[in-house]
Amino acid sequence: MTAETTHPTTETVDDDRRNFIHIATGAVALGGAGMFAWAAVDQWSPAADTKAASSLDVDVSKVPMGGEIRVLIGGKPFFIRHRTESEIVAAETVNLAVLPDPATDDSRLRAKADGTFNKTILVTSGSCTHLGCVPVGPSQGNTGDFGGWYCPCHGSHYDTSGRIRKGPAPKNLPVPNYRWVSDSVVNISL
Amino acid sequence: MSGHESTYTPNSAFERWLDKRLPIIRFANDTAISFPTPKNLNYWYVFGGILAVCLAIQIITGVILAMHYEASVDGAFASVERIMRDVPFGWLLRYIHANGASMFFLAVYIHMFRGLYYGSYKAPREVLWILGCIIYLLMMATAFLGYMLPWGQMSYHGANVITGLFGAIPLVGESLQTWILGGPSIGNQTLQRFFSLHYLLPFMIAAVVILHIWALHVPGNNNPTGVEVQDVEKDTVPFHPYYTVKDGFAIAVFLIMFAVFVFYAPNVLGHADNYVEANPLVTPSHIVPEWYMLPFYAILRAITFDIGPIEAKLLGVIFMFAAIAILFVVPWLDTSKVKSMRYRPVARQFFLGFVAVCLLLGWCGAANPDDAVIPALRGEASLVVTYTDAAGAVASSTYAGGDEAYEAAEAFMATLPATAGASLEAVPAPTFLFRHLSLILTFMYFGYFVLLFFLGLSEKTKPLPESIHKSVLKAHKPKTGTAVPAE
Repeated sequence: MTAETTHPTTETVDDDRRNFIHIATGAVALGGAGMFAWAAVDQWSPAADTKAASSLDVDVSKVPMGGEIRVLIGGKPFFIRHRTESEIVAAETVNLAVLPDPATDDSRLRAKADGTFNKTILVTSGSCTHLGCVPVGPSQGNTGDFGGWYCPCHGSHYDTSGRIRKGPAPKNLPVPNYRWVSDSVVNISL
Repeated sequence: MSGHESTYTPNSAFERWLDKRLPIIRFANDTAISFPTPKNLNYWYVFGGILAVCLAIQIITGVILAMHYEASVDGAFASVERIMRDVPFGWLLRYIHANGASMFFLAVYIHMFRGLYYGSYKAPREVLWILGCIIYLLMMATAFLGYMLPWGQMSYHGANVITGLFGAIPLVGESLQTWILGGPSIGNQTLQRFFSLHYLLPFMIAAVVILHIWALHVPGNNNPTGVEVQDVEKDTVPFHPYYTVKDGFAIAVFLIMFAVFVFYAPNVLGHADNYVEANPLVTPSHIVPEWYMLPFYAILRAITFDIGPIEAKLLGVIFMFAAIAILFVVPWLDTSKVKSMRYRPVARQFFLGFVAVCLLLGWCGAANPDDAVIPALRGEASLVVTYTDAAGAVASSTYAGGDEAYEAAEAFMATLPATAGASLEAVPAPTFLFRHLSLILTFMYFGYFVLLFFLGLSEKTKPLPESIHKSVLKAHKPKTGTAVPAE
């Protein structure tokens, strides 16, 4: 340093001005970091195409009587069961008092556009309410003690309305959001 | 020790030139060559070096595997199989990487138990210990993320169970879970972010390892006596050649064991289910994590009851995380002034019990919680007929013992009307289940840390040696006096 300027010892420092500059600089830096953090965090939220894939039209006329089809919507399994007459009767006549999670069969169906029910088609979630395993059903040859589904992980039995009857699962198989688009097509959404 | 004088003398003109600009040779010399190390370190102290080797192996093999791996739900499983079959030496690199994770955890558990036994977490090494806990947490996160990448059945459904735990958190749980998965369930986006983080975290581990070694080199090593170095001349030896050779020998033995796994039993620590491609519609009947997570899995499943408004599932999650979190505060839970368990005869017994509890928790984690701990002690199952009686209430009737019970139950069911909806079930005899054992062991696990607090206040400890130097001389005084067995 050849041209060193000597500061007069009497020079005063305005603390208020310095504090203002420190706080203002810090605020800009924090604000910028915060705005970036928002983008960095939110990019993990479901993307538009993932969200768009979260509903599905299913043609239920293709489900064989007494059988079911399984669909994945956004990676989550759903059961669409075509119930026989005796299965519907079994689901409707059960004494609600004996159910761990009481619900009538009608409350687990959705009305068509004209307000009537198609009792032969039952739509439920396909993950056991215990720990999320996928229960087996008519296609796998095991419908449990109550004719519906059986979860092989920890032995939960569901009836022909998807209600929990026996085993560690606390709740019925949830009924997803779905609506009847026509007499043979349902639209299931997450 | 941070205070020790640098012993490095640059010998060539180049070294002198470099030393003025970047004294990196001086740093390496003072850190790994002349660093004064207590002269009484036993073989429990070699695992730090072994762990450094493990981290290097995992990073090198991992970077190579990433060159052949495809992070997509359609290609992941096939790309791993391609590595195993088609990529030159791919099978070797993948088996080293997969078994390397197990070896890494084996070494870290011994390293941690060593620290707990010799009181290496106590002042002035609390920060050193906490950095170690952070490394351990990062290791578990990395292992969990990595286990998903092969996209096998256990990868998918194991990750499903663990990410489902976040759903147990009240209010924010479900949206948090959706955020972590990037969608309603595990999908392509989840696999890609897990791969990205699995690649990132080992470098974060490496960074914390540097801090860990820095924090080690400020106070210097603890040692089996727990007595601090008083006289550098008498109590310590230079790290090289004394500990480079000792650590090197241990590393060679460890790598031989590692190689035995890689070449003779490469899948013994894994699950056959993971060689089946992930299928969201089929759940494996028995979901278990890798062995090094089993004790925590046992704690998670041990809690099957609600406490007040807190549901069992959330409570299990809280206990599982608390089991790790408690390690961070051990320096303040242990009230004893004496570091080494060698001089704490009562605490020593409890420490050995604690090791046994951790191993037994691992055993519980691998078992089905509803299986009997000792099947031989279990009585015969009885048959229960459940039906709806005339009043509409649920009734049951039990038949115990042999073939006659089955006939009696069948005869009884025949007498019931069809509307009774009778069902027959074999109910196992009540016995001591893994669920019960897990709960007892969970309380013993936490009990150990509570005990450390109260024991430290009241226990009578053995006299400490005056110095490291004196304790070494005493241990090696042959023929005369009483021989003190080395530990």
